[in-house]
Amino acid sequence: MSIPLPQGPRPAAPSPASTALTFAWRAVLKFRHVPEQLFDLVMTPIMFTLLFTFIFGGALAGSSTAYLQWFIPGILVQTTVFNTVYSGMGLSTDLSKGLFDRFRSLPIWSLAPFAGLMVGDMLRHTIAGAIILGIGLALGYSPEAGLSGILASFALLLAIGFGWGWIFIVLGLVVRTPMTVMTLGFAVLFPVTFASNIMVDPATMPGWLQAFVAVNPVSLMTTALRALMAGTATAREIGLALLGPALLTLLLAPLTLTLYRRR
Amino acid sequence: MQDDLAIRARGLRRSFGDLRAVDGIDLDVPRGMIFAILGPNGAGKTTLLRILATLTRPDAGEAQVMGHDLASHPERVRAAIAMTGQFASLDEDLTGRENLVMLSRLWGFGWRAARGRAEELLAAFDLSEAAKKQVKDYSGGMRRRLDIAASLIVSPGVLFLDEPTTGLDPSARAGVWRLIRGLAAKGVTILLTTQYLEEADQLAGRIAVIDHGRKIAEGTSRELKAQTGSGVLHVTPLDPGNREIALGLLGEAAQADPEGARLSVPVADDTEAAAHLARLAQAHIRLAEFSLGAPSLDEVFFALTGKEAA
Repeated sequence: MSIPLPQGPRPAAPSPASTALTFAWRAVLKFRHVPEQLFDLVMTPIMFTLLFTFIFGGALAGSSTAYLQWFIPGILVQTTVFNTVYSGMGLSTDLSKGLFDRFRSLPIWSLAPFAGLMVGDMLRHTIAGAIILGIGLALGYSPEAGLSGILASFALLLAIGFGWGWIFIVLGLVVRTPMTVMTLGFAVLFPVTFASNIMVDPATMPGWLQAFVAVNPVSLMTTALRALMAGTATAREIGLALLGPALLTLLLAPLTLTLYRRR
Repeated sequence: MQDDLAIRARGLRRSFGDLRAVDGIDLDVPRGMIFAILGPNGAGKTTLLRILATLTRPDAGEAQVMGHDLASHPERVRAAIAMTGQFASLDEDLTGRENLVMLSRLWGFGWRAARGRAEELLAAFDLSEAAKKQVKDYSGGMRRRLDIAASLIVSPGVLFLDEPTTGLDPSARAGVWRLIRGLAAKGVTILLTTQYLEEADQLAGRIAVIDHGRKIAEGTSRELKAQTGSGVLHVTPLDPGNREIALGLLGEAAQADPEGARLSVPVADDTEAAAHLARLAQAHIRLAEFSLGAPSLDEVFFALTGKEAA
């Protein structure tokens, strides 16, 4: 058996952009080989959209169409936040398979594999968001701010996905199996997404819950997304929506590096 | 700094809680050699390998790999090595080709060059036909070959192989052995861990035996066997009542099999084995069975440490 070992100089280390592109390619390949994962990403939000719009919509907002205007920005936030769980599961799988060890022993920037995961996540958030928005539009949702509102909303969604993604990257580093990441993730995410203004106006909730809903980062993000879609967003609204993701990144990105180096 | 050493380690230590996984290990691995670290499960082999491959930080000690210091220049060490872990470190959802293209890209190859390198490696490792299959559908031997191929995208100065043949069938094992010899012939230094004495014996120029995080012996296969005897004589007395007398006749190094009636004694050569048999015959101890075998890892351990392998 003759093994072709390349002689001569090695290629120069790849640029961060080229590394990111390679990880994005990996994410696309995973969609191609495991199309089921697209199901995981959008089945629940699609069911939520249909259920809430047609069953509760009339009672909550007078008509299904009126409720869609309220609900679609909210379900986009919920979809993005829920999908960050899958990033943590992906990381946990890569770690348990030893693939991360291989990435780590490459002469690339030590945060590059995480950046790579994030690139894949952004792709997932965009695809899932586009599918949900498409269904909303087909059902009669009409964002007042048009295309520019949609683009601005997606930019905010990606920022949200980036910030929240750190939670599950840290979880992925700490717990042992992908299933635990998922169970823990949903245990946290169900309460914070339901105790928000995603599905209903919090005006009818008890006072103590209203107080929580008002400061719940999920509510702040949803409010900002509604305003962007309607073309009425203020700098304050957007600032408040970005506060959560920014804080999460500032706290958890360094923690990720520490945890990762300690392994 | 000695330039003829691929790896030089002094006093490496690493604990996980109360467990001293690596407890003060020195290692000198000459360039171009196949060097085996032999030991039972839990001896600290994997931790030692991971420390040298920059994947685990040592608590104490220092090491240079291909002349680069582990602590001060881990990125230079990484550029000079490749590591194949105990479990295939591949993306199972991707095909074999896609895995190699991805890793080639991460080494800095352009898309076209990355595809070219992937094809070369697939052909050399006899994986061209499986190139389009997802790795999760590969057999154990194919996975291991792809995993080693993934470590050879650029020529590593040192290749770390953690139990490269554990779990493989004999023909796949022979294939991996051929591959390792082929790489060594091209000048790659190889540091491998194994639980099999036979594997270390077949492949390695030098062997370090480790147990409980410490190096208990080191040398060429011949030197180690001189300590253990080149083989082991097994005898089973026809009358179990003679077991104790026979054990006495075989000398201090003899061991009784805890379960059966069999007795084992390390021997340097066939003459010594014959002498033992003659002594038993003179004492009129008839044998149901006798055989001469290579020492097992257990017996090497017994000879080196005076206790059973963990």
